Amino acid sequence: MVPASTKGAGVSDPIIRIQQLEKSFGPLRVLDGLSFDVQPGEKLALIGPSGSGKTTILRMLMTLETISGGRIEVCGEPLYHMQRGGREVPADEAHLHHMRRHIGMVFQHFNLFPHKSVLDNITLAPMLTKGEPRAKAEAHAMELLDMVGLAEKARAMPSQLSGGQKQRVAIARALALKPRIMLFDEVTSALDPELVEEVLLVMKRLAAETDMTMLLVTHEMGFAHEFADRVLFFDKGRIIEQGPPEQIFTHPTHERTQTFLRKIIAAGHRV
Amino acid sequence: MEWDWTFAAEITPVLLEGLKLTLLITLLSAIVAAVLGLVFAVARRAQSPWVARPVTFLVEFIRGTPLLVQLYFIFYVLPGAGILLPPLVAGVIGMGLHYATYTAEVYRAGIENVARGQWEAARATNLTTRQTWAHVILPQAVPPMIPALANYLIALFKETPLLSAITVLEMMNQAKLVANSSYRYIEPMTLVGVFFLAMSLVSVVLLRWLEHRFGRLAK
Repeated sequence: MVPASTKGAGVSDPIIRIQQLEKSFGPLRVLDGLSFDVQPGEKLALIGPSGSGKTTILRMLMTLETISGGRIEVCGEPLYHMQRGGREVPADEAHLHHMRRHIGMVFQHFNLFPHKSVLDNITLAPMLTKGEPRAKAEAHAMELLDMVGLAEKARAMPSQLSGGQKQRVAIARALALKPRIMLFDEVTSALDPELVEEVLLVMKRLAAETDMTMLLVTHEMGFAHEFADRVLFFDKGRIIEQGPPEQIFTHPTHERTQTFLRKIIAAGHRV
Repeated sequence: MEWDWTFAAEITPVLLEGLKLTLLITLLSAIVAAVLGLVFAVARRAQSPWVARPVTFLVEFIRGTPLLVQLYFIFYVLPGAGILLPPLVAGVIGMGLHYATYTAEVYRAGIENVARGQWEAARATNLTTRQTWAHVILPQAVPPMIPALANYLIALFKETPLLSAITVLEMMNQAKLVANSSYRYIEPMTLVGVFFLAMSLVSVVLLRWLEHRFGRLAK
């Protein structure tokens, strides 16, 4: 396996540290001893064929899946373990709740709350989980809607929006909790081609304007190239190759990376 | 046997008294069934098998035995264990509990119809389990099930005569008393049927309206 971090040791403490991570679904082993670090503010693109475990990593970071073995640390604290009586024990729901505040996620299928207006989608969690007063939560939500270019849709219901608009609202919803880490799980895969660009534009601005750490699972190689500081190529639950986008996309050294990129280009994706 | 209008008019006030009680019992039992059914449905989904299993067993047990037997049990057997309930209370508990096992199934289906992504989005926005139920899952799950719940309300209403078996003076019991003392059955029983039919027809109209209103909303 390639060394975990491409950046020099001691730059700063990693914001995410994944060590010997294992994940099985029944008899199917998805991740088998995966390790890598992510530095604060880093923009990471996870690429690779379907079933290579990329999405599973994001879902484990968001605590939507349990881990089968190994360890994840987020912001210096173990995610799935906690201290009790001087020993490390599996995390309980309270610990997971405490840890989740660091992390936000945007889903392939948006998962907006269909019974709530755009504005209420964004203010719900800040009001419930942080006790923000409505006025403050709404003011912040309007700022975020402005940033994603949907201020005029604040009162609309999700069903009245296009896919691209829904996804921009979903991004605003995740940002409303001010996470330090944002996870983007194939956020443009469910969109009509002409709606992809508006979502990518929002993400580019976000990447340029904030120092949030971002992990992106995508099949948009062109976007990964532009967006990421570092690209990880996954196959069968392992990192086959990683490095800056120029290196991965123009001079991939590993044969499997080359094959994957050739196939993606043949399938009509932009690189 | 001749239909006697004078007798019919004479007994109507007594039967209407019974109807009032029937409606009250229906309302109270429906509230018990609606609330307890939701508790059953949520409890059966609990992570802990110590909660989910006993509740599942209880629900299947209640649904698998006749309401009349349960009513007898609550009213005539429990006093032996020192639990003495007035007929009305026993009736509301019995009917509410019995129908709760049916509404629980309606809730279960409604809850399972909420997309998995909604649970995940709630988790990703760090809502607690309780907040997820209250603000994300139930507001989406309940409206589409309202017509099905209203259906059980009508069924429950029509089963209230069973409570005459535990001495509740609802409409059917009043009619029986009238019949037993006057030896005339045709007027009291016909009137009971007519009153039930009238109420059911109103409920059916209401149900159609609910289906229209919330069926659309569900889409």
